[in-house]
Amino acid sequence: MSVTSATTSPSLPDPSADPAARAPLVLGNKSLGDVTNMVSGLVENKAPRGWLAAVTITGLLAAGCLGGMITYLFATGVGVWGSQHPVMWQWDITNFVFWIGIGHAGTLISAILFLLRQKWRTSINRSAEAMTLFAVMCAGIFPGIHIGRWWMVWFMAPVPNANAIWPNFRSPLLWDVVAVTTYMIVSFLFWYVGMIPDLATLRDRATSKVRQFLFGFFALGWRGSNRQWRHYEMAYLILAGISTPLVLSVHTVVSFDFATSVLPGWHATIFPPYFVAGAIFSGFAMVLTLLIPARQLFGLKDLITVKHIDNMTKVILATGSMVAYAYAMEFFTAYYSGNPYESFVFANRASGPYWWAYWIMITCNVITPQFFWFKTIRQNPWIVLVLAIFVNIGMWFERFVIIVTSLHRDFTPAAWHYFTPTYVDILTFVGSIALFLHLFLLFIRFLPMIAMSEVKGVVQAQSLAAGREPTGGQDRREPEGGAP
Amino acid sequence: MTSNPLTPTTMTPAPVTPASMAPSLVAPAPLKPWGLLAEFDTPAALLRAVRETRKAGYTRFDAHTPFPVHGMDQTMGMPRSKLGWIVAAAALIGGVGAMGGQMYCNWDYPMIHQGKPYQTWQAFLIITFEITVLSAAFAAVLGMFALNGLPKWYHPTLKSAAFARVTDNRFFLSIEAADKMFDLEKTQQFLQSLNPLLVELLQE
Repeated sequence: MSVTSATTSPSLPDPSADPAARAPLVLGNKSLGDVTNMVSGLVENKAPRGWLAAVTITGLLAAGCLGGMITYLFATGVGVWGSQHPVMWQWDITNFVFWIGIGHAGTLISAILFLLRQKWRTSINRSAEAMTLFAVMCAGIFPGIHIGRWWMVWFMAPVPNANAIWPNFRSPLLWDVVAVTTYMIVSFLFWYVGMIPDLATLRDRATSKVRQFLFGFFALGWRGSNRQWRHYEMAYLILAGISTPLVLSVHTVVSFDFATSVLPGWHATIFPPYFVAGAIFSGFAMVLTLLIPARQLFGLKDLITVKHIDNMTKVILATGSMVAYAYAMEFFTAYYSGNPYESFVFANRASGPYWWAYWIMITCNVITPQFFWFKTIRQNPWIVLVLAIFVNIGMWFERFVIIVTSLHRDFTPAAWHYFTPTYVDILTFVGSIALFLHLFLLFIRFLPMIAMSEVKGVVQAQSLAAGREPTGGQDRREPEGGAP
Repeated sequence: MTSNPLTPTTMTPAPVTPASMAPSLVAPAPLKPWGLLAEFDTPAALLRAVRETRKAGYTRFDAHTPFPVHGMDQTMGMPRSKLGWIVAAAALIGGVGAMGGQMYCNWDYPMIHQGKPYQTWQAFLIITFEITVLSAAFAAVLGMFALNGLPKWYHPTLKSAAFARVTDNRFFLSIEAADKMFDLEKTQQFLQSLNPLLVELLQE
């Protein structure tokens, strides 16, 4: 069956009718079987045009840029980067914080929105979780390669080093390694546990031996028994409960890398909440950047509706405003502290050699989200996509501004330096973007990108609310465009 | 309820058939019934059937659904999952272990850092928190697997062709032969009285 044929117009019902009425989360009067067919079809049918090209190009870019540049770096040394004293953290840590921040939306959607009983999460949580995993993978590359003597990377693990000295557990850098690793593992567990019932669906529909074996293996013999669902739901609830403080802690710990130092521009108590808000802001922007083209390409407009996009833009608006508040408060703190070094750093950010980076950041992060006050903009996916890309750019520049502008004017003017990236810096970052997109493209083709079992729960609730029994469907085709 | 026209195979009074009739080269083991499976079209029909089954006195029965159905736990009379206790125990062990481990390391090799005392529990809290969460997450997943008996790649229900739709859009009730009340004839009649789409005999 063709996936795209089942879609209908994604427009919302007339809002003037009843302002209190909620927009349906699944459009097109779907039956349970329709949900199975639509989502499984993405994995079972022929790939849409452009997928193969995209996956090849991103794969080659990832291998060539990221793989090639890392090989060159390892073979030569960190001198191939633009790092020069005093700017010893530059694109590497900028990229790390950028990717980790993006990785916050997935678990936020899965955990916090689950605890808040936000049903709209069901259509987007799986792909957002996958995105989280891939973003954290991309993030993990940079601390690993930035240390110069990369054969010493095991120093980050909590084992005694060659001199039998234990790592310094009071160091924020070690906290960071532990926090990010924990986050990655817990996100993976959450993602996989959520996927088990859907893997069983694909197993039961599999026509080839290979699929049957692979999906069957990873579905672990799931058979939807209520005696299983009981523990399964409890496990999911517990994972959501413990992931909620975890997701808030990860970027907090990342911000400690900076906040516990005594460098003006970094040494700020506002950093943990400011970083967390920024992470959610950038994460939701990346979810939109990926899902708006994906829902178009795969014809998923009835499952990922305009309502979902609308909700996500509201989260971006809220967190974007928090970020704007943090920018203002940083300046106020610097002024009110009366500390000349602190004041200098902030004046220098806005009007110093890196003024252009600062104002790109302000334009993208402060002005862009404010457009989402307007419903017409929130409900136009293509404008939302453009604005979300601006947010992504802005959030990369935020990390660049925090890291590089705080470092490049050292306490002694003799040490001042204007950092410029080398081609190796640039291509490594480009390669990490390619790797991220490549993994996401593979994911949408080989794994169920929408949580079918959860969406079916929403379909059932929606049908009951409309006074109908949810039906299995599949044996019966409902006429298209029937009244919901 | 909108009634579904059923496919011809399920329209007829459901026959009781062994699930697998495939010829085998190995001498067939004597067939042993595992239980009976009944198929339903809607969650509401399954809930009604489960209520009747429980009222009839069966204990070793189960409901199989594509998504967790609201109220099924109460209808089946199942207590709340004990998983929380497993997770709490693991989280406690993880947390104490992480704090203890960091203190041990600073006792094993005392490191003067920022002029602070060796045992600075405040600075150890972050790693303690992360390890607590990590232990709890592993306990939640592995504990759920253990309580659910997963992975279990073989199960008599998985041999049924009709049962493949349990992960799609159909709702099943199974009564095991191990149930004290189980009697092939009577249980089959009982299941037929619940108005299912299909009743199937499953072999061990």
